[in-house]
Amino acid sequence: MTMRRRQCDHKFRDIQMITKRSFLAAALATAAVLSSAPAVLADALEDIKSAGILRVAVPQDFPPFGSVGTDMKPQGYDIDMARLIAAKMNVDLALVPVTSANRIPFLQTGKVDLVISSMGKNPERDAVIDFSEPYAPFYNGVFGPEDVAIADAADLDGKIVGVTRGSIEDLELTKIAPDGATLKRYEDNNGTISAFLSGQVDAIATGNVVAAAIIAQNPPKKPAMKFLIKNSPCYIGMNENEPALMAAVNEIIADAKADGDLDAISQEWLGMGLPEGL
Amino acid sequence: MNYQFDFAWLATYWPVFVDGIAMTIRLIVVGGVVGISLGTFCAWSRALGPAWLKPAVVTYVELIRNTPFMIQLFFIFFGLPAAGFRLTEVEAATLAMVINLGAYSAEIIRAGIEATPKGQFEAGASLAMSPIQTFRHVVLIPALQKIWPALASQVVIVMLGSAVVSQIAVEDLTYAANFVQSRTFRAFEAYFISTAIYLGLAMLLRFALLRLGHVLFPHKRAAR
Repeated sequence: MTMRRRQCDHKFRDIQMITKRSFLAAALATAAVLSSAPAVLADALEDIKSAGILRVAVPQDFPPFGSVGTDMKPQGYDIDMARLIAAKMNVDLALVPVTSANRIPFLQTGKVDLVISSMGKNPERDAVIDFSEPYAPFYNGVFGPEDVAIADAADLDGKIVGVTRGSIEDLELTKIAPDGATLKRYEDNNGTISAFLSGQVDAIATGNVVAAAIIAQNPPKKPAMKFLIKNSPCYIGMNENEPALMAAVNEIIADAKADGDLDAISQEWLGMGLPEGL
Repeated sequence: MNYQFDFAWLATYWPVFVDGIAMTIRLIVVGGVVGISLGTFCAWSRALGPAWLKPAVVTYVELIRNTPFMIQLFFIFFGLPAAGFRLTEVEAATLAMVINLGAYSAEIIRAGIEATPKGQFEAGASLAMSPIQTFRHVVLIPALQKIWPALASQVVIVMLGSAVVSQIAVEDLTYAANFVQSRTFRAFEAYFISTAIYLGLAMLLRFALLRLGHVLFPHKRAAR
């Protein structure tokens, strides 16, 4: 399925990018030492306010986070998040389409102020940019119909669970599933989805994005989240040492979580509300 | 070629292959026996059966022979549950193989029946045999004898075609290869081994079927 391939591409590009980025980081560090120029004490938040525009790097190839709609305009979870932040800051919004490979360079070279691009946190990225509080759920879990009671891996006993062969959730579930559970491994996400929709399996283990794609088709049987396998939420990226911008973004995220704005975005694009603890 | 073969994972994963081979054999044995029986029935209906049965048989044979096996399989496994007819993946795979082999073998056996000289039917009738007796002793056995090598080939083709049942999570030999590949990333070795096993299985199956031909039809060395 396209979704799966996109996800794989995404991860693959991430890996490529890490290597490229380590290089870049080293090069930048060297340049900084050699030039020994006085540090520029610019405040990104001040710059955004005075320019009256917030430039945000968003994906355009990764639905439901960012894609191009039938009206040729960008749409998705990340785009709505960018709109929300710009509105709260009371500035205009400029969306800059990026790929997962170039989103951090765009930030580092000052072409964008924020990266809202379904980006996960890892030590390599954390070394060169700063991350806000998480703003979007991204996880693998076990999903099943609303009326099937599954609270943890042990409850899978006696159940048939569909999973895409070789995926993270396949590898993890193979470790934690009880002996009484039957894992049916399908060739791709299409097989897993079809098996769920046709009732050939009681539950499926997959990513929340795949579950969202199923829900978006409005099937008679909707997958509901049962328990989490692996969690890797998305964070907003910004340049290092921008405490004012960081505080402002985190405050907007916290407010959006408190007043239900973020839950509404999650409902719209992922078909379910924010999970506990995001 | 600089590739370093690594078969160390076999120590852990060989049972997966053994189970896979057992499943593939089980599928082709059940699918083969039931499928050829179905094919024989259809061949009889089409060549000698009652007029009302022929259109149904012709529709079935043409429908199956003119659509991909994988679509038939998906239709049974993913499609039929919507109509309230749910089969497990092994049942669905077996059924798909039976109807597929049934349609192809019907045409092969019909060719054998139609090659039977008319005089043979008349000879049976003149010996006061019932139509069913005539069909069995006078028509079917010589017909099967004539087309046995073609039928054996078709069974082998269906066995090799059964590789796609791994798509609906039937744990056959192809599933075993894909599974091992997804766990060890030794794609070359996993498919190398499964290729060799398929080759061995196909040759064994052909040999067994031809031997069976000699046993079933001892009077004539047609089965070759």
